[in-house]
Amino acid sequence: MTTNVGRDFDESWLANVHINLPAIKRRAESLSGRRTVKKQWQAAWLLRITTCIDLTTLSGDDTPSNIQRLCCKAKHPIRYDLLADMKVAHLDVSCGAVCVYPNRVADCVKYLKSIGASNIPVASVATGFPAGQTPLQTRLDEIRFAVSQGAQEIDVVINRHYALTGNWKGLYDEVREMKIACGDAHLKTILATGELGSLVNVYKASMVCMMAGADFIKTSTGKETVNAILPVALVMVRAIREYFRRTGYKVGFKPAGGIRSAKDSLNWMILMKEELGDDWTKPDLFRIGASGLLLDIERQIFHFVTGRYAAVHELPMA
Amino acid sequence: MSKEKAKTEKKDEDVAWLDDHGRQFGHFIDNKWTIPENRKTYNTICPSTGEILASTVQGEKEDVDLAVSAARRAFESWSKASGHYRARILYSIARHVQKHMRLLSVIESLDNGKPIRESRDSDIPTVIRHLYHHAGWAQLMDMEMANWKPIGVVGAIVPWNFPLMLLTWKICPALAMGNTVVLKPATYTRLSALLFGEICAEAGLPPGVFNVVTGAGSVGSMLATHPDVDKVGFTGSTEVGQLLRRATAGTGKKLSLELGGKSPVIVFESADLDSAVEGVVDAIWFNQGQVCSAGSRLLLQESIYDDFVQRVKSRMSHLRLGHCLDKTIDMGAVVDESQLKSIEELVQSARLEGAQVYQMNAGIPKKGLYYPPTLITGVQTVSRVVVEEIFGPVVVVLPFRTAKEAIELGNNTKFGLAGSVWTENVSLGLEVALSLKAGSIWINCHNLFDAAAGFGGYRQSGYGRDGGKEGLYEYVRPRWEGRPAVHSSPVDFKKFGDTIPSRPTFENVDIAQLLIDGIMLPTIDRTYKMYYGGSQQRPDAPYSRPIVSPSGKVIGHVGEGNRKDIRNAVEAAHKAAPGWGKRASHNRAQIVLYLVENLELRRQEFIGRLILMTGCTEEVAKQEVDLSIQRLFHWGAYADKYGGTVQETTLYGATVKVHDPVGVIAIVCPDDHPLLAFVSLLAPAIVRANCIVIIPSQKHPLLALDLYQVFDTSDLPGGVINIVTGDQDHLTKYLTEHQDVQSVWYFGSAQGSAFVEYTSAENVKRTWVNYGQSRDWTKPDQGQGEEFLYHSIQVKNIWIPMGDIYAN
Repeated sequence: MTTNVGRDFDESWLANVHINLPAIKRRAESLSGRRTVKKQWQAAWLLRITTCIDLTTLSGDDTPSNIQRLCCKAKHPIRYDLLADMKVAHLDVSCGAVCVYPNRVADCVKYLKSIGASNIPVASVATGFPAGQTPLQTRLDEIRFAVSQGAQEIDVVINRHYALTGNWKGLYDEVREMKIACGDAHLKTILATGELGSLVNVYKASMVCMMAGADFIKTSTGKETVNAILPVALVMVRAIREYFRRTGYKVGFKPAGGIRSAKDSLNWMILMKEELGDDWTKPDLFRIGASGLLLDIERQIFHFVTGRYAAVHELPMA
Repeated sequence: MSKEKAKTEKKDEDVAWLDDHGRQFGHFIDNKWTIPENRKTYNTICPSTGEILASTVQGEKEDVDLAVSAARRAFESWSKASGHYRARILYSIARHVQKHMRLLSVIESLDNGKPIRESRDSDIPTVIRHLYHHAGWAQLMDMEMANWKPIGVVGAIVPWNFPLMLLTWKICPALAMGNTVVLKPATYTRLSALLFGEICAEAGLPPGVFNVVTGAGSVGSMLATHPDVDKVGFTGSTEVGQLLRRATAGTGKKLSLELGGKSPVIVFESADLDSAVEGVVDAIWFNQGQVCSAGSRLLLQESIYDDFVQRVKSRMSHLRLGHCLDKTIDMGAVVDESQLKSIEELVQSARLEGAQVYQMNAGIPKKGLYYPPTLITGVQTVSRVVVEEIFGPVVVVLPFRTAKEAIELGNNTKFGLAGSVWTENVSLGLEVALSLKAGSIWINCHNLFDAAAGFGGYRQSGYGRDGGKEGLYEYVRPRWEGRPAVHSSPVDFKKFGDTIPSRPTFENVDIAQLLIDGIMLPTIDRTYKMYYGGSQQRPDAPYSRPIVSPSGKVIGHVGEGNRKDIRNAVEAAHKAAPGWGKRASHNRAQIVLYLVENLELRRQEFIGRLILMTGCTEEVAKQEVDLSIQRLFHWGAYADKYGGTVQETTLYGATVKVHDPVGVIAIVCPDDHPLLAFVSLLAPAIVRANCIVIIPSQKHPLLALDLYQVFDTSDLPGGVINIVTGDQDHLTKYLTEHQDVQSVWYFGSAQGSAFVEYTSAENVKRTWVNYGQSRDWTKPDQGQGEEFLYHSIQVKNIWIPMGDIYAN
């Protein structure tokens, strides 16, 4: 994975940002009508999406029991006989990462190692997830803790206070410090777009985070009232495109929250392919944060292989 | 310790029985030994030592023919004999088995490799219990099963793990209900069946009532597909069960399947842990783990996980393995080399996945087919050893956090045969027991069996029960019903219902007129939709199907359903199922009766609609509407009167039979009596807490769609009844192929019936089909008989041992 080293804050990159919501909505709505994939192509896309999933559990009642189950599921996301039937068992399809709270990182590292899956990175949320309403020092310490436990990716939440009051330099400085705290770990910045008030803010926050060195920009924590939706994503991926044009750095994109059906995930993939191109359809530049989505993908693959709709109890729970 | 010699049972007398027969056995047909010429033979061996016990015959088609014709002849008199007569014979067999208990136990152990302690203290006593218990059912048949009659010749196919016990589970109810039997024992274990045949003859069982044909698996298929066999009773692997379902599809033969399992043993922190460790021994090391209900998934509450695993490991250090006739062993040899290999292959897959495999290797005999007791940790839901049945002494361990998660994990399997729950907390134990989807749940015990409690599975563990009153229904048919004629024209299962046939265009549209203020106006167009999840739904692909009156006029359009409509409707049904099941039965009754109330308000409208749709007379239409109202009353009454009973097993405590809903039932309605048949099928299903996807008559669907307005005004929760309209064959295909539909009731064509039975094999769903034959829905025995209840429930037996008082 390449790293976006970022650049100095440049307020001029935030000037003249204009976004027409009806036009954005129309584009977002028409994407899935203009493009679709079926049959073996759909199955292939779903497998690719599986490799882009950050398989997530962020609950107060997470313990080693369900963390272990999650890790095993990330290693074997699709039932072995289905992969064998599709003749892709050799591809060793596994999820993009497992995503947990800092306190559970060590469990993940341990279990992934025990099942020979250390290649699957552990992502940790940090910085007072999901609200970010804790002192900066605490938030930075949290990042350093997660990294010390073995997290290779850090999903931070941005300071919405700064974004909503237009303190873009303040936001830049914080994210910059977070980047430094991450060390070698990849930085994913969660914009919590449902709380940013306007699409212009979404664009600016995207750009500021990228300037500060974000390797991924991510839509939501999954805890806001509006989470990952296509119109917002369109604004974010266009910011990514612009940043790439200006700097040559490819920053990844991660929608998260509310993506539960295989069909939805295909639309996200279509968005990536159409707006950013094939490079952004692989796990190094595209992730989906989800827990329930994988089950639906597995069901669709079951249907592709057998021609039958699956019963949920026949698929190993995560 | 080298007391082995002294502990080993003397086997002289037992070998004497083998020697009497020159260690050579044929079939046992018509109470006679038959050794046909020019047959291949099969040497049956003792797995403990590999020594050859005897030579047996590999049967062929003529042998099956001979046995079936003997059974058919015997059926004439046996089925007509009084229940009392049959009771006397079964009692006599029970007595004779007791007389030969020792011989049977030793032969069973030698042939299978199981410890003599188990065959002597578990298998044979259970056999005797079944014989006694069913002598009683024979005696009481006229009273207790008055509306039922015997089926005919039963083909019984049983496995090698409990050769004698499982054969009596088939033949006891079969004989008690007046059927005759041809049995095919398992390839590896034939001797006890042959000995049992001899004992039955000695006990006075008339010739031909029970016959044994030995042979390879192909003999089982010959037996199952024999045109003169009316019912197949099978215990064995899920794969073979599926083959039998396909082979008998559309033939009108009854079928019951008792198949594999991956049963959970759920241990809570509130359990007596040391006793639970012994429970694990009973669950997974009983009969070398070669038990369909083996507790092969050990689910441990996280708080006691490490402690409990340690306790099990230390208990494993003093398990003894050895020769089957050694009285003091815990485990014997597995039955055959091929089993040994498949167990090892699966355990190796766990090692490759990075699991920790703990085995008790000390003291295992060098010779013989022994596999060490094995405990696997560090595996999870995705692991092969967690998903697949191993059928050996191997238990996998998974942690859980809460009772809710334990239930989820327990049910996260395609099987549903059994399970056990370990806790001293009664409220917790019962709630978990009721929430597990399996046929037998043991609280603080595992692998208890008794003749008074039916044993059998949910899901891909099969259907039908062995034992208890619930088991009798597998060996009877309703009095009014004959064996359906076999439909001979072949069905292309791949193409059936694949496409929707094109329809002629109807130009003769009947637009009703209304006179309003002296002006004739067309009535406002009515759009019929489908109905699922509690609301009206447009078809996925907006095609419509014209509905035509007998005079050829188009009287409406309904949606043309496709597989996605089926998918959505099934999903809606599953969403509603847990809530509907948890409602008090009183509440379900109230809703059904409220439905009747609202239906009667619209009586005239429904009468008019029936006349318009079917062209029947007003009198006939009135009768159908009024009977439908009565029928809803009938089933409303059953909402709180069929929940189960207490079973009188040998357990000190309570064995509670619970009538669980089947789950999501797909119902395909006939064209005759479009309202009455629709209501007759719908009502028993929903009062017994199932949720349904129902396809109304293809010809006359409008009435069913009028009814959804009645549902909406009757407090019926969304998703309990879901209606999809369209081409019945097409919809039947997708309903039957849906893995999460638990049962299909099909009242259509003979071909469709064959298709439903054939296709149901894939996930072993239950079926109820009419083989293209109509029934008189107006008659109580045909339109609201006990068979409707039988198909609306599945039996779960919960074993609850009791006791706290031990002195003074």
